[in-house]
Amino acid sequence: MSDLNLSAWNAADITDAITRKEFSAREVAQAALTRIDALEGAVHSLNQVTPELAYAVADRIDALVAAGEGLPPLAGVPAAFKDNMNLVGTRTTCSSRILANYESAYNCTAVARMVAAGVLPLGKCNMDEFAFGSSGETSATGPSKNPWDLGRIPGGSSAGSATAVAAGLATVTLGSDTGGSIRQPGAMTGTVALKPTYGRVSRYGCVAFASSLDQIGPFSRTVEDSARVLEAICGKDPMDATSVERPSESFISAAKEADVSGMRIGIVRDMMEMEGISPEVRQSVLDAALRFEAMGAIVGEVDLPTSQHGLAAYYIIAPAEASSNLARFDGIRYGHRVSDPTDTLDLYMRSRSEGFGTEAKRRIMLGTYALSAGYYDAYYGQAQKARTLIASEFTTAFQGFDVLLTPTSPQVAWKFGEKSDPLTMYLADIFTIPVNLAGNCGISVPCGFAEEDDVKLPIGLQIIGDYFAEAKVFRAAAAIERDLALDLRSPLVIG
Amino acid sequence: MSLSEQEVRHVAMLARLALTDDEVTNLRDDLNSILGHIDTIQQLDLASVLPTAHAIPVTNVTRADIVVPGLSHEMALMNAPAQQCGAFLIPQIAGGGDDE
Repeated sequence: MSDLNLSAWNAADITDAITRKEFSAREVAQAALTRIDALEGAVHSLNQVTPELAYAVADRIDALVAAGEGLPPLAGVPAAFKDNMNLVGTRTTCSSRILANYESAYNCTAVARMVAAGVLPLGKCNMDEFAFGSSGETSATGPSKNPWDLGRIPGGSSAGSATAVAAGLATVTLGSDTGGSIRQPGAMTGTVALKPTYGRVSRYGCVAFASSLDQIGPFSRTVEDSARVLEAICGKDPMDATSVERPSESFISAAKEADVSGMRIGIVRDMMEMEGISPEVRQSVLDAALRFEAMGAIVGEVDLPTSQHGLAAYYIIAPAEASSNLARFDGIRYGHRVSDPTDTLDLYMRSRSEGFGTEAKRRIMLGTYALSAGYYDAYYGQAQKARTLIASEFTTAFQGFDVLLTPTSPQVAWKFGEKSDPLTMYLADIFTIPVNLAGNCGISVPCGFAEEDDVKLPIGLQIIGDYFAEAKVFRAAAAIERDLALDLRSPLVIG
Repeated sequence: MSLSEQEVRHVAMLARLALTDDEVTNLRDDLNSILGHIDTIQQLDLASVLPTAHAIPVTNVTRADIVVPGLSHEMALMNAPAQQCGAFLIPQIAGGGDDE
């Protein structure tokens, strides 16, 4: 069955078809790997392809089918993982020269839970180096390309996780989101992209960027698949003390219900009026709000004035934590080491300088400066206080509303090289960053298209929920997905 | 606040980064541009606000005191750039017996 094409299938349909013996898990793996052979050169979604791992799981699934046993919830679903997540049998490079040959010594909990749920691990997804970027362009292995227009960035930092789904290479992928690194590339590639509440998913085995902000979450083509993946990966993990056990609830049911009647939905007015937001993006979000109203939701407006300072707070906290986290890359226990060190200091300094790219150095320097003697109170201390205000502003907003709406990103996908100034690039995450600072949850769901140079480019709607309110977020996201019924097959999927 | 090249070199030493002269100049300009934006945070009146230590309140997290397999010696050394006798090998950090 070499002509099997699952590039537009959702997870549940693949598992159902395997259960009904329409095709085997091995055939799914073959089809996915054939598609990767054909398209990976064009999109560069993957740093490593792992056929042996995909076939090993496929054979396990097929043995269960043959034995007439029940299948795990994501059985036979083609999947890939951001290259900052450890999986034994793969390298974990963070798209950095300093980890180019790093072999995973243990498993990331979220990835292990995906594999236990039956997904076929196809490989590791390209990313901005150490997740430092909003376009995928800082990857040491070269940028991933947007399947909607190969001359444009796919967003970042989870660039390859987004393009793998948008190009139909994988059905679901995992990314990590520190300031928007799942949601923003989700918006740019027309995929569904969730940042769960901080603590919802274990961070164990995901190379730390900013530990107080990082969270793992799924990319998928549908809201229901997003819910399916979250159910598989969420929950307490003894290896991550910040992970939280919550009462069991069905995200899949919430997505299937897709019911917003009576739901209180708030448009974040001051974010909609921010400078630099494209008119198409703004209109598309306002149209989505009208659709929600037509579906029976109660739509209102809310302001989040302190969130405007989110970017400043983020670019203190995130680099500060990153500079501390990246201190471990010293050329001693793993990673790149210079060949001719004169002493240990020389070894540290030149190994790090050769191993890290420009943006990584920039963030390490910024964070080191912010934490250095005499500046702590002015920067880190002040930013952590601003964070308290931003969080309390959200809490107040959620007293009046169930979910909040903003654009995911002020603009649609831009062309490679268009944003060369670091600060301009950082502004791409202005709507997503406050959610990481507060620690609540948000999803990007496609809500329309903008036309640029005769190219159709997806627009993402960000639906923000309170702490652990993913079920409401899924309900709203699934409702707008069903109502709009957009054709989200990228040109690479239509063929 | 704005950084001089000398301060950039000082921070680079703290961060254990060997920078070229060009990198120092570029980083000075980049960091000053970014700090120009970051400094807007000083506009907020935060005197009476407590800093966020953690997004979600979790306290006294414990687990059962049960021995479970950890990272094996072999796996821990698997990625070592240099190793000897089951240990990470680094350049000499103390004077050898024959010196001086």
